[in-house]
Amino acid sequence: MASDAHAHHGPAYLAHHFETPAQQFDAAKLGMWAFLAQEVLFFSGLFVAYGIFRNWYPEAFSIGSHLLDWQMGGINTVILLASSFTAAMAVRASQVGDRKQTTMLLGLTIVFAFGFMVVKYFEYTHKIHVGILPGQYWGCPSFDCGTAAPEAFAEEVAAAIDAAHLNAGPGMVPYHLRSFFGIYFVMTGLHGIHVLIGIGLIAWIMRRNQKGEFSADYNTPVDIVALYWHLVDLIWIYLFPLLYLID
Amino acid sequence: MTVEAGTAVPSGDAHEGGDNYLTHETGLKSWLFTLDHKRIGLMYLVSVLVMFFLGGVMALLVRTELLFNGETIMEADTYNKVFTLHGAIMVFLFIIPSVPAAMGNFFLPIMLGAKDVAFPRLNLASFWIYGFGTIFAIVAIVAGSVDTGWTFYTPYSARADSSVIWMTLAAFILGFSSILTGVNFIATVHKMRAPGIHWKRLPLFIWGIYATSVIQVLATPVLAITLLLLIMEKTLTIGIFDPALGGDPVLYQHFFWFYSHPAVYIMILPGMAVVNELIATFSQRKIFGYMFVAMSSVALALLGFLVWGHHMFTSGMSEYATMVFSALTFLVAIPSGVKVFNWVATLYEGSISFASPMLYGLSFIVLFTIGGLTGLFLGTLSTDIHLHDTYFVVAHFHYVMVGGTVFGFLGGLHYWWPKMTGKMYDEKLARVSWFLVFVGFNVTFFSQFIMGSQGMPRRYYDYLDQFQPLHMASSGGAYILGLGFIVMAYLFWKSLRSGEKAPPNPWASAGYEWMTTTPPHPHNFAETPVMKRGPYDYHLCTEEELWDGFPEDFEAKKAKA
Repeated sequence: MASDAHAHHGPAYLAHHFETPAQQFDAAKLGMWAFLAQEVLFFSGLFVAYGIFRNWYPEAFSIGSHLLDWQMGGINTVILLASSFTAAMAVRASQVGDRKQTTMLLGLTIVFAFGFMVVKYFEYTHKIHVGILPGQYWGCPSFDCGTAAPEAFAEEVAAAIDAAHLNAGPGMVPYHLRSFFGIYFVMTGLHGIHVLIGIGLIAWIMRRNQKGEFSADYNTPVDIVALYWHLVDLIWIYLFPLLYLID
Repeated sequence: MTVEAGTAVPSGDAHEGGDNYLTHETGLKSWLFTLDHKRIGLMYLVSVLVMFFLGGVMALLVRTELLFNGETIMEADTYNKVFTLHGAIMVFLFIIPSVPAAMGNFFLPIMLGAKDVAFPRLNLASFWIYGFGTIFAIVAIVAGSVDTGWTFYTPYSARADSSVIWMTLAAFILGFSSILTGVNFIATVHKMRAPGIHWKRLPLFIWGIYATSVIQVLATPVLAITLLLLIMEKTLTIGIFDPALGGDPVLYQHFFWFYSHPAVYIMILPGMAVVNELIATFSQRKIFGYMFVAMSSVALALLGFLVWGHHMFTSGMSEYATMVFSALTFLVAIPSGVKVFNWVATLYEGSISFASPMLYGLSFIVLFTIGGLTGLFLGTLSTDIHLHDTYFVVAHFHYVMVGGTVFGFLGGLHYWWPKMTGKMYDEKLARVSWFLVFVGFNVTFFSQFIMGSQGMPRRYYDYLDQFQPLHMASSGGAYILGLGFIVMAYLFWKSLRSGEKAPPNPWASAGYEWMTTTPPHPHNFAETPVMKRGPYDYHLCTEEELWDGFPEDFEAKKAKA
């Protein structure tokens, strides 16, 4: 009868529809991997678009990469790699049942994630302010096409053209720089949203950890949130060289 | 102690006035916030039926407008909106969630002997996300200007007004509902099977839903990013699809069909999955070539990813690419053929009953075969040039989507209705409605095959006089089809109001889902079952298991003997 199904059903963290903690853990892990496959395919569309447009308009992509600040991107790469390390260590800490250390490491991960977003904020605001924007907003400072672009706009574009050794004469700016920045903003923007979601998830896990929900026996949520975080890191590892470094 | 399937009939007391998922809890909240997969499945079922009704009304409006040449009931602009809504509603709100989300949710855990799906809260979230997406779709309908066709092709969609954003956002959100359901089902099939259900004993319904889930997880995100890019193109002008901004509209078509062709298999595989169960049950025979049928589902899921280019033979693609896509498209015929031949072989020497679910199952085989074979005409480069964007295409995919998926869905609905609701329905009326639906469908769409081969272009508001009789026939067929659905709605309504109480196994099926009580116990089985035989092993079933009446009657009959 129904009441029997609930009786003698193992530890409190074991949901009613699972037979054993191992089954519950395996299901969660498999589900998360399937979800991550979905994430990869979600970004794959953007990578394909990047590849095709780069192939069609190599000069625009070369100049575009010089308009991005590789040092800021590099700092962010280091920050994200460090955050992935602390996330992995947090999983280990929760596996050995060290609650305090888990909280500390998860906290550090959040700090790094915020650091990433701060750097990103400076990159974005500069671009928006100068008018390095996609499509019809190209050369429109702060999306306002009524005002003329500041001097910095022309200077930066000219410098990038020089840096790419593509100077074909005054005023020769490839049209498809607009598409490059369309792809840049969508790729990094979606990645940024994933970072923000990650911050929320890690904060939630940290809270649950403080409440004492996790132990050496049960730490599945820490594990799968860390998996998600590694994917966010991994996507950036591809974005950075593709957008900032390749000439 | 566990119940050993293969020996046990649901006990009498569990059946009579026993706890079931419908009576376990009551009140609106117990439905809206339920974690029970059966209730979530039922809520999906009601939602998709409402959407089917809406999409059906749109279809009848389209057919009424085309009844006569020139303006019949609406202007050309309105007509464009109506056929767009028909397509978008039917695809995103009805067909894709129909079998997997409604019946899959209800029966997948039961057929696995599990108490629930792996992630019940995620399951509820999928349902809510579906509801949320529907709101966006309704805003788009009320705002009322989506006239791009359900494919949202650029550059027109990039330039059309902002209701396109609402409709694509709706599809984007619905996509996430679909992805999460897929993730849930994959984990459930892998990790939640009851003792004794190994991969070779997995019901073929589950194989089909499993293959579908894989496509949902791998293809839907590509649609999500495509539609998001389209929205970005409209708001931020990112210059990717709109040629005026330096983008490429054919790239949109590639992106769109990379999802939407696999999506065709998201739609057809569940229909095939249901038909497996129908054919086996109503032939009382082990399904012929079990592993071939199971693997053909997986093969279709994989091949589905490789053939998207056949939608763009006339859009501008390299000749070599078109040849490769054409050849790959022909490969799809192999697993489809494997299925059809195995179903027919299952019928051979079976003890066939023509109960209403079986009528849908057999119709599926016939209609799907027509739909599938006409697909080969379109996959052939030379004939496609002639047939592309004509009514031939419209008829082809309606034979697959309606003759296939919808007939499978209806067959499943009739087949599982007693298990889901605990009520029987009027079999005579069910056969009448089947007849009307079958005849109506064929009249509607066979005339479209003929028109298409004579050059009637799809989506046109007007036509040449030579097509008048066939357009009238097609519209007449649509009305017969509509009448069939009205009869069906009446018979199910009547069943709910005054249907006879359903026994646990009214069709004498060996399937696992019939081993539990009717309607099912809140935890599906009172105790975790241990399966001793496969779901099609009729030769291993006891008389009790296949008893197609009420348990108390069976006891009486046994006592008499």
